[in-house]
Amino acid sequence: MTETAPIQSSAGRQTSSAEDGVIITFENVTKRFAGVTAVDNVNLQIREGEFFALLGPSGCGKTTLLRMLAGFETPTEGRILIDGKDIAALPPNKRPVNMVFQSYAVFPHMKVFDNVAYGLKMEGVDGGEIRRRVEEALELVKLDGYGQRMPDQLSGGQRQRVALARALVKRPRVLLLDEPLSALDAKLRDQMRSELTSLQEKVGITFIMVTHDQDEALAIASRCAVMNRGVLAQVATPADLYEFPNSRFVADFVGSVNMFEGVLDEDEPDHAVVRAPELAAPVYLDHGVTGARGSTVWVALRPEKIEMHKRNGGEPPKMEDAPAGTNVVPGTIRDIVYLGSETNFEIELEGGRRVKTFRSNLTRYDQEDFTWDEPVWLAWHACSPAVLLS
Amino acid sequence: MEQTWRQAKAAFAAVSAPPIVWLLLFFLVPLAVVWAYSFGVNSGPVTIDFTGTFANYTRALEPLYVGIFWKSLIVATLTTLLCLIVGFPVALAIAFSSPKAKAWLLLLIMLPFWTNLLIRTFALIAVLRENGYVNAILEWMWTHASGLMTLVGLQPLGDFEPLTLLYNNTAVVIGLVYVHLPFMVLPLYSALDRMDRSLMEASLDLGAGHLRTIWSVVVPLAAPGVASGVLITFIPALGAYLTPDLLGGTDSQMIANVIERQFKRANDWPFGAALSFLLMYLTFIAVAVQALVQRRSERRG
Amino acid sequence: MADEAPTAAATSPAPNRVKEKPGPLEYMRRWPLQLIVGLTLLFLYLPLITLMVFSFNTSRRNIVWQGFTTDWYVRAFNNESLLQAFINSLTIAFLCTIASVVLGALAAVMLWRFRFPGKTVVEGSLALPIVVPEICMGVAMLVFFARVMPWPTGLPWPLNLGAITIAHISFAFPFVATVVRARLASFNRELEEAAKDLGASEWRTFWDILVPHMQPGLIAGALLAFTLSLDDFVITFFTAGPDTITFPVKVYSMLRFSVTPEVNAASTILIVVTVILTAVGLNMQNQTPADKKA
Repeated sequence: MTETAPIQSSAGRQTSSAEDGVIITFENVTKRFAGVTAVDNVNLQIREGEFFALLGPSGCGKTTLLRMLAGFETPTEGRILIDGKDIAALPPNKRPVNMVFQSYAVFPHMKVFDNVAYGLKMEGVDGGEIRRRVEEALELVKLDGYGQRMPDQLSGGQRQRVALARALVKRPRVLLLDEPLSALDAKLRDQMRSELTSLQEKVGITFIMVTHDQDEALAIASRCAVMNRGVLAQVATPADLYEFPNSRFVADFVGSVNMFEGVLDEDEPDHAVVRAPELAAPVYLDHGVTGARGSTVWVALRPEKIEMHKRNGGEPPKMEDAPAGTNVVPGTIRDIVYLGSETNFEIELEGGRRVKTFRSNLTRYDQEDFTWDEPVWLAWHACSPAVLLS
Repeated sequence: MEQTWRQAKAAFAAVSAPPIVWLLLFFLVPLAVVWAYSFGVNSGPVTIDFTGTFANYTRALEPLYVGIFWKSLIVATLTTLLCLIVGFPVALAIAFSSPKAKAWLLLLIMLPFWTNLLIRTFALIAVLRENGYVNAILEWMWTHASGLMTLVGLQPLGDFEPLTLLYNNTAVVIGLVYVHLPFMVLPLYSALDRMDRSLMEASLDLGAGHLRTIWSVVVPLAAPGVASGVLITFIPALGAYLTPDLLGGTDSQMIANVIERQFKRANDWPFGAALSFLLMYLTFIAVAVQALVQRRSERRG
Repeated sequence: MADEAPTAAATSPAPNRVKEKPGPLEYMRRWPLQLIVGLTLLFLYLPLITLMVFSFNTSRRNIVWQGFTTDWYVRAFNNESLLQAFINSLTIAFLCTIASVVLGALAAVMLWRFRFPGKTVVEGSLALPIVVPEICMGVAMLVFFARVMPWPTGLPWPLNLGAITIAHISFAFPFVATVVRARLASFNRELEEAAKDLGASEWRTFWDILVPHMQPGLIAGALLAFTLSLDDFVITFFTAGPDTITFPVKVYSMLRFSVTPEVNAASTILIVVTVILTAVGLNMQNQTPADKKA
């Protein structure tokens, strides 16, 4: 698999990598477990004050990366720097990072207060100061007054807040969160999402979160790294990940996508054309692609970026930003899923390929516009498809 | 869930009658007879009258026997403590080793446990006796150290005096530790193996060192395992017969040896019965304490 | 894997394969603990290995190695009473195992399946043989077979072993019950309901569904009962008569008089038997077709 090549297929958008403000650097970090490579030569910089998300399917190495940062795993090769200093020699208890565990790991035999105070006691902070800072931390996570409770008297969400307070009270340089929302129910998860972002703004500490949930990453993080099979696939802001994926893997993993294999037919600085056998018309793009003519490429089209028009004998709709005969293909509606706010359609193209498209229900009657087995035109703008070289 | 016995009387009878009858006839009745004997007196060489006397128990309170009970308790406690000190790091190391190493190490700990107690004790004698291995190694070290000292111009050490490792109280404790160590390691291992690793990681993450983590997180959370390890080491050590008999000296008799003597040599069955019930009561107290610890930590977790 | 990923260009040409530092919780890879584990294993095994090695020593005194011989094994095999004791031990262990597995399995099913008055009393009584010190149980058995139910003397072999066998079953079957009950706890009741739903009778459900599920527990219990019986000295010591000697009792009396390498040879045989039995038992347990969760 080679979905990892960082080729910029989109309009040259690239996240700047300013050297200043970098707090964490992974340098050629590799981790092997008994011959299996969990993390493969990762190079990554995380900046002060970011809310950074490590996103990927389970087993992609994202948790291993986080645990190497915390000191629970040692890299097989490469270096990890915090504030420019190699931390290889530091055991977990000496590192300026703290972690919120997936299971929260709240000590079941200690009161909430003692849980939060634990890390401060280890630092040798004196009693009065501990009391003050613990109260402050509990207030920060809205658990004031819960200090004397035992963890088994708390709900899952409250236990997570204890874990948060316990880590934040140490004032770490970086806070690590391992799948912070995965154990919460749907409603609490939404609430916790916004609380995490506001908490991060309030304390101003760099947060690094591991998650397999792309919605969660897009919603919370200021920057994401997508990982696949131990390799960094793409590092970008949430919007760039979604709109300008650099590989089929990222396009497919983040959001929903229609992917067509094709051949690069024309490639000029101001436009490009891709012919895909499954599409009746060529795909016209309003920007150049850095690829050799005749090479295999993939066109990724997000469902919501496909327009649908009625086709009862009529002419194909004209897309003003693309030459006639491009970016419009005929099809037939095969499936309709009404979701309230929008309706999802599945359209069969002439070759038999099925394509997904979403349509917002702008009025209360929009859902009645189309019906099963209705012939339609599908059309898209020249700036909508992402062309992927890997 | 469970069904009441009324719903399936025939099945219940078929399942419950054999074990209950067996237990009653071949375990509870014998115990009851011994219990009855403990309130009786020898009225002839083979006849015992049930007089309901407490004389046997009063006699057990004589300093001689109280001393032996006390000594048995101390030996058993010491044994348990040593097993815990050695067993805890061993269990910790096994619980946190790779799955393959774990299986082998567990097997290595288990094997002696499956091996005959008498053979193990006998094997230990061969190692500990005056011309046994430990002394041979010590002698070798002694003579070489002595040679080395002459080499550098110092006075050579005197003649090697073999240590008396057998037939004393130390030998009994060593023997009991040797025999019971697997009993301690296994429950400790299973408690440590079940423990949520992230709790230890959280402690390290919050700045605690390893010893601190073990003391303030691992030990409290493994308390039920520690308690059951302590119990299943303490009980057999308290009632040990073979080890003090084979490894002990004249002053190393434990309570079980005294009981045996009452039944086999002194032929004072009522007194032996009283002693063995006292030993049983001590055992029950230990079980009750363990149950208490267990319940307390369960309520917490 | 993404072996030709362009990022790989950054890797140094020959990645130095230094042994990485142990992770913080890999205690087995830290030398102090390795030392403790090593010394403990040495402590546990040195005596046993010494014993086995010196069963092949020509010297009568066990300390110096003089030469290899199998003489002591020949002598042990020619020692009529030692051989008889060995056979007795194996016979008793075999009988005890069968009876204990049946009684233990029944007891486990009873406690797992039924609610009945006095259940806690039965449960507590079943735990008693596990808890009560061996010496107390030995004494009780001595009294029982001397005064309450004297075992007839002069019975033909193996009936003369009856008293010892009964005593062994009494302390072994509660252990089996505990093991089997632990196994039953993981039984999914819906399997039983499914079998009945598909038309199986109570009895067929028991044999087709419950017994296969119990199987690993039954094997483990059998192994436990066998070794407990083979291992027991104290209780046997109190129930054995002059013509019903078991191997441990025989070895004990030999030790009392003189230690000859014969005892080493006989012990080595028993150790080997135990190791083989354990291996067979563990193998059987690993190969049971039942679910792998156990």
